[in-house]
Amino acid sequence: MNQENNVGVLRIKKTSKRMGKAKYSKYGYFFVAPFIIAFILFQLYPIIYTFVLSFTDLAGWETKLDFVGVKNYVAIVKNSHFIRALQNTWIIWVINFVPQIAIALMLAKWFTDTRIKLKGAGLFKTTFYMPNIITAASVAILFYTLFSYPVGPVNQILMKLNVLAEPFDFFRSKTGTRLIVAFIQFWMWYGSTFIVISAGILGINPSLFEAARIDGASSWQIFKKITLPLLRPITLYVLITSLVGGMQMFDIPFLLTNGAPDFAVETLTMYIYKQAFTGNRNFYVAATASIVLLVIVLLISLVIFKFMNRHNKEGVNK
Amino acid sequence: MKSTRLGKYHHLTIVIKYGVCALLLILSILPFWILIVNATRSTEQIQQGFSMVPSIYMGYNYDILTSKGFNIIRGFSNSLSISVSVTFLCLYFSALTAYGLVIYDFKGRKFIFALIAFILMVPAQISFIGFYQMVLRVGLTDNYIPLIFPAIASPATVFFLRQYLLATFPKDLVAAARIDGANEMKTFHRIAMPILKPALATMGIFTFVGSWNNFLTPLMLISTQEKYTLPMLVQLLKADIYRTELGGIYLGVTMTIIPLLIIYLILSKYIIAGVALGGVKE
Repeated sequence: MNQENNVGVLRIKKTSKRMGKAKYSKYGYFFVAPFIIAFILFQLYPIIYTFVLSFTDLAGWETKLDFVGVKNYVAIVKNSHFIRALQNTWIIWVINFVPQIAIALMLAKWFTDTRIKLKGAGLFKTTFYMPNIITAASVAILFYTLFSYPVGPVNQILMKLNVLAEPFDFFRSKTGTRLIVAFIQFWMWYGSTFIVISAGILGINPSLFEAARIDGASSWQIFKKITLPLLRPITLYVLITSLVGGMQMFDIPFLLTNGAPDFAVETLTMYIYKQAFTGNRNFYVAATASIVLLVIVLLISLVIFKFMNRHNKEGVNK
Repeated sequence: MKSTRLGKYHHLTIVIKYGVCALLLILSILPFWILIVNATRSTEQIQQGFSMVPSIYMGYNYDILTSKGFNIIRGFSNSLSISVSVTFLCLYFSALTAYGLVIYDFKGRKFIFALIAFILMVPAQISFIGFYQMVLRVGLTDNYIPLIFPAIASPATVFFLRQYLLATFPKDLVAAARIDGANEMKTFHRIAMPILKPALATMGIFTFVGSWNNFLTPLMLISTQEKYTLPMLVQLLKADIYRTELGGIYLGVTMTIIPLLIIYLILSKYIIAGVALGGVKE
């Protein structure tokens, strides 16, 4: 009798525990509800709406629109201004990213080398990262004044050093302006990349380095054979985030020269902005360009991920 | 013999490495130094030549700047009220969402998390045409509401806080709190929030700075000059009325960056640690 009772109590306890868990799990919905509502309203709906608008002829201040099928997509791939903006964005991103990742890797290697200890890592990290925190709009105006013609500080310094005989108008040169935009992007981001990669190297098991050193590997060999392969996920993370950011480049070229000279630094986002908010307010063109940008970024991210997975598997097989 | 040669080689590489770092150090500081020095020099001095030494015309430049309608105080308070609201909403609701995703085992949890991870890869700016049209149709252009409330859904912050909770939060605490009679919200506020504090501080800095520096969204939505944020105010310095007032331009830009420089110098330790944790890079 007694024993039966005990079993009964146990059984009740068990079911109440199970029921309790189920009872509590519904609270999850209350906790995530505000996020989901805001997400649908402010992110998902605008993306879908942009997608819908890319199949219409919405322009100007009117709200009336007609559906035109895929006409806008056919038009945009033949649109030389759009293609030019796409090319500019890529050119500027590549000439900023290649030196950025190279210098960040070099600095990270130096500051994590345990054989030659460099002092002041904290000071250097703090200073190299500083430009990243400053408002890009202010940075653009700052560089616009620094490189201004004929009496900007850069011209003054270069003439004092006898590099230039007479002042050079940087913002009338297509190459000059592109290099300045790429330089600003590099200047703002290499510190961040350096910190992320350093953290990645510090996360690698130190015994791997020790074992290699005991086997007589040089620090360059260790870097090439151990550090770089193990850093691949972090490097790819940096690559993808930089690419997604780079494809959205807007503040710097917009405020530096507004795309001039001869549209040399007119980026994709600037093209989208100008289509939508200047002139005829061609929202349908801007929406189509936005969706093309989304597809490009997603495709590239996908390719990079595939590439990463293949390499990881190869690494495991070896 | 071998060890001395190695020693010499080491010395040379160390000198080269410090040399490169010193160059980059100068590269990071010099533009700001020129900016601040020129903010104190008169336009004539700036045109005559380059100098590394501050002068005495800051007050004069300030008078010129403000006489042309550059209302930095208003821009500052506009930016501050937006950024503080954004940071508060983003942190509170992201913590709520992350807690919900970690603690409760409800249907659709995995899907929501996958959606958050996916949206991190989508460039934010691709939706701004749809966002603008939506805001236009509900008549909220030239209003701060569409600048502030989207912060309730911040996938990157949710992602970061979720990882943090998974790594540091003992779930037994929730069961213990329930036995003590605490309801679910109370458990979240009294137990989870204090544990999340370091992560909230890190994400708070980045959210605040990101909102403060945002240029494109207010540029698109705000049209009344009294409502301009600081980055929008900066673009006025390129207007024709300042063309001949170089000292004023330098001072205007200086005043927009000084608050950020001060915040940075105070919090740099946490900011660098936050960057190293990753997931905050845009």
